[in-house]
Parts: sequence; C-alpha cells; structure tokens
Amino acid sequence: MNEQASVPDTDPIIRFDKVVKRFGETTILDQLDFSVARNEIVTIIGPSGSGKSTVLRILMTLETIQEGLIHVAGEPLWHELQGDRLVPASVEHLRKMRKHMGMVFQQFNLFPHMTVRRNITEAPMRVLGLSRAEAEALAEEYLQLVGMMEHADKFPRQLSGGQQQRVAIARALAMRPKIMLFDEPTSALDPELVGEVLSVIRNLADQHDLTMLLVTHEMQFARQISDRVCFFDKGVIVEEGPPEQLFTAPAEARTQAFLKDILARG
Amino acid sequence: MLFGIEWDTSSNWAFAWSILPILVRGLWVTLQAAAVGFLLAALLGLILAAMKGARLRLIRWPAKLISEFLRDTPLLAQLFFLYYVLPDYGIVLHAFMTGALALGLQYSAYMSEVYRAGIEAVPRGQGDAARALDLTPARTFIDVVIPQAVPRIIPALGNYLVSITKDVPILSVVSILDMLGVAKIIGDRSFNYLVPLTLVGVLYLLLTLVSAALIRMLDRRLPKQGVPLR
Repeated sequence: MNEQASVPDTDPIIRFDKVVKRFGETTILDQLDFSVARNEIVTIIGPSGSGKSTVLRILMTLETIQEGLIHVAGEPLWHELQGDRLVPASVEHLRKMRKHMGMVFQQFNLFPHMTVRRNITEAPMRVLGLSRAEAEALAEEYLQLVGMMEHADKFPRQLSGGQQQRVAIARALAMRPKIMLFDEPTSALDPELVGEVLSVIRNLADQHDLTMLLVTHEMQFARQISDRVCFFDKGVIVEEGPPEQLFTAPAEARTQAFLKDILARG
Repeated sequence: MLFGIEWDTSSNWAFAWSILPILVRGLWVTLQAAAVGFLLAALLGLILAAMKGARLRLIRWPAKLISEFLRDTPLLAQLFFLYYVLPDYGIVLHAFMTGALALGLQYSAYMSEVYRAGIEAVPRGQGDAARALDLTPARTFIDVVIPQAVPRIIPALGNYLVSITKDVPILSVVSILDMLGVAKIIGDRSFNYLVPLTLVGVLYLLLTLVSAALIRMLDRRLPKQGVPLR
C-alpha cells in the first residue's frame, strides 16, 4: 500500500480500510471500511455498544487499532512511512496527526481548575506556542462564536452543562482543526439544555470549512444537519446514505428496527 | 541537671517551670526529626507512587513489594535494622539521620498510596481532553493532573505529619534525645516522673491541636476548583 494510491478522486479526508478494533475477546470494529469527504458532515447513529464512539476515539488517537489502515488528510494515522514501508506511528507522528482534529466529549471534560478563558488558551499556548495575548484573542473569537464571552472568567462548575459544552466546543475549535469530532455532545445534558449546544454545532456546519463527524442520539438533529448518515451495528456500517433516504426509507431490517425503537422512545 | 540547666524541686509548679526549657530542647529535636522524616517520606513516597504506576511490571512489582513490606513490619524493627545492620555493611549514618530515615521509609509507603489515590481520582476524561488538545504527557501531568490531585493529597499528608510527630519517641531507643527521651531522663534523675511526663503530654497535645488547625486552614484555602464535579 503506498501513498499515491491512497488519494482517490473524491479526496476523502478520513478513510478507514479494513480496520479491526478489539477489547480483549470482544471485537468492536470488524473490518470497517469507512470514509468521510472533505467538508462533509457525517452522523453516526446506532445502538450503544455498536462501536460508534470508538471510531471517533480511534481517530483522536485515544484508542489503538489492531488491524487495518486509517488515513487522515492523505497520511496514515496509526502508521508512518519509513522508506516505502509502513511502520507503527511514532509519538511525533501522532502529535502531528492530532493537529488535524478536535474532539468534543459527552462529559465536556473541561479542566475544572481553570477558568473558561484558561481552558481555551492552554493548548494554543502550550502546543502551538502562541503568546498569551495571541491565545486570549483567539479565545475571545471562539467564545463569541459559541456565545460564552460573558462567562470567560468563570470556572466550569459555575456553568450549566450546556454552557460547559459550548466552552468545550470553543476549546476544540481554538486549535483550528480541519476535522471536528463530536462524541454524543448532548447525551449528558438536561433536555432543556440540548438546544443551545445543537444550535452552536449547526452554526459550525453552516460555515462549511469544517469536516464534521458526529455520534448522536438526536435523530431530528442528525436529519437536519448531515450530508450523510451511517447506521452502525456490531462494528460495521449496516447502511448509509443521505438523511432523507435513511430516515424515511431505510433498506435494512436492522436499521428499520433501530429507528422504530428510538423514535418510539422519543 | 540536664543540658547544663538546673531544676528547682521546691514544688511541682516550680519544677515544671524549671524543666520546661529542657523539654523545649527535646521538643526541638522532635520537630526536626518529624520534619526530616516527613520530607523523606513525601519524596520517597512520590518515587514509590511513580514506580507503582509504571507500565513495566519489572518496576511496578518491586515497588509494591517494598511498600507492602514497609507497611507490614514494625517501625521499631525497621529502625533497629537500619541502626544495627547497615553499619555492618559500611553504611554509618548519624543516629538522628538513621531515625529520620526509618520514619521516612515507613511513612513513604503510606504516602505513596495517598499520591496514587489523589492522581487516580482525576477522571479519565481529563487525560482524553488533554490528549485531544495535543498536550504532551508531561504538560498534562503538570497543568492538568497535579492541580487536581494536590487538593486531595495535602490534607492526607498533613494527617501523616501529625502521626510522624507522634512516632518520634520511638527514636529514643537509638539514643536520640527527643522530648519524651528528655522527660524520662529528668524523671530518672529527679525521681519525679509525674511532672515531666505530664508536660510532654501537654506539649504534644498543643502541637497536635495546632497542626490540626493549620491543616484545616490549609484545606479550606486550597482551591476547590481543583476538585472535579463528579
């Protein structure tokens, strides 16, 4: 497998080739083939334990893979070329690859001992080497974007879940990733706080200079925002397609059963 | 007479007053031994904790074994071992250092657990977020893990400082004249044990109450933002 052959016409920014992920005896991803085009917005839906979040965690290099190959922005993620051979990625390579991506977590994972502002400036200063003034300008820009500027000097615990998640989105964006990964961004929120977070994500989607990969249980939202929806079950993509098609006329029995079940629950 | 200071045996009160400066000299030794022991324990405990958290079994296992051994054998046995056995192998330490080392070793095992618990209490998501932001492991430890672990660690370490202080009298068996050792000598020479031993009790009580108050104050002043929500 060489570099040239890995960049086809459609120029996917993310590509999984026969990726296998196991936790002990359990196979989480089973020979997964999957790709996302540049600036595409893809939502992954499926029952819990289907390996949806694992796809995002592998991309963010929080989990390793056992087999297969993943390309991000034309470069192998978990491997690197040494001469013409692919070898396991070095720490430096992983650090470089991580810069393509930003991630938003279900539990927000803000740093509780830092103010909102510090949460956002920490990585641009420590990783990108920006000065404090530059990083704070960046923080303001993104806090404005998510509508959290007036809370810049508060600590996470003084904010609602929805506000914390908006800060977490700003924090990820401040690293200027090309790809944003959202791992169930509203699952830990009280129902009345879901809307504000979804509207921030919807705004990002409208900007169209971001590739977005989302895992969510908000079917209505997935339907509105996505270019493509993938239904995941037991470590493979059972069915994928434009949201209208997948939600109104799913072809596979498993997809039909899942949608019927989740829509019945509201 | 001790340390060139005479005592007045005309009444118990006069006796107490006259031996107080002698006991204070012993108290000074007690505080020094406790402080050095505590610093050694804090440092060795950190090393043990780091080793116990290591990925390599070859590092992790010896640390666990040492820690278990230090906790499950008497302090006095460890002290005798250091004091009588080490010189046979050419390691001759000053009695004071031997005593402080014994305290430091035993408490390092306890403190390593405090460190470990403090670090492990930092939720996994914090590490995930740091990595997603591309912070280096060292940076993550310094900026993310430590500030959240320290507020949990400090109060427990404070309690061990009090415990160490109360264990110092054991060092008198290797001829370190701590406060209790001094009190016993005064008793031996004056045939009045009641006054010096009571004074030792009172001074210890004061010491413990003061340190407990200091720890509580420190605990209250520690940034609670360091403690995660869940």
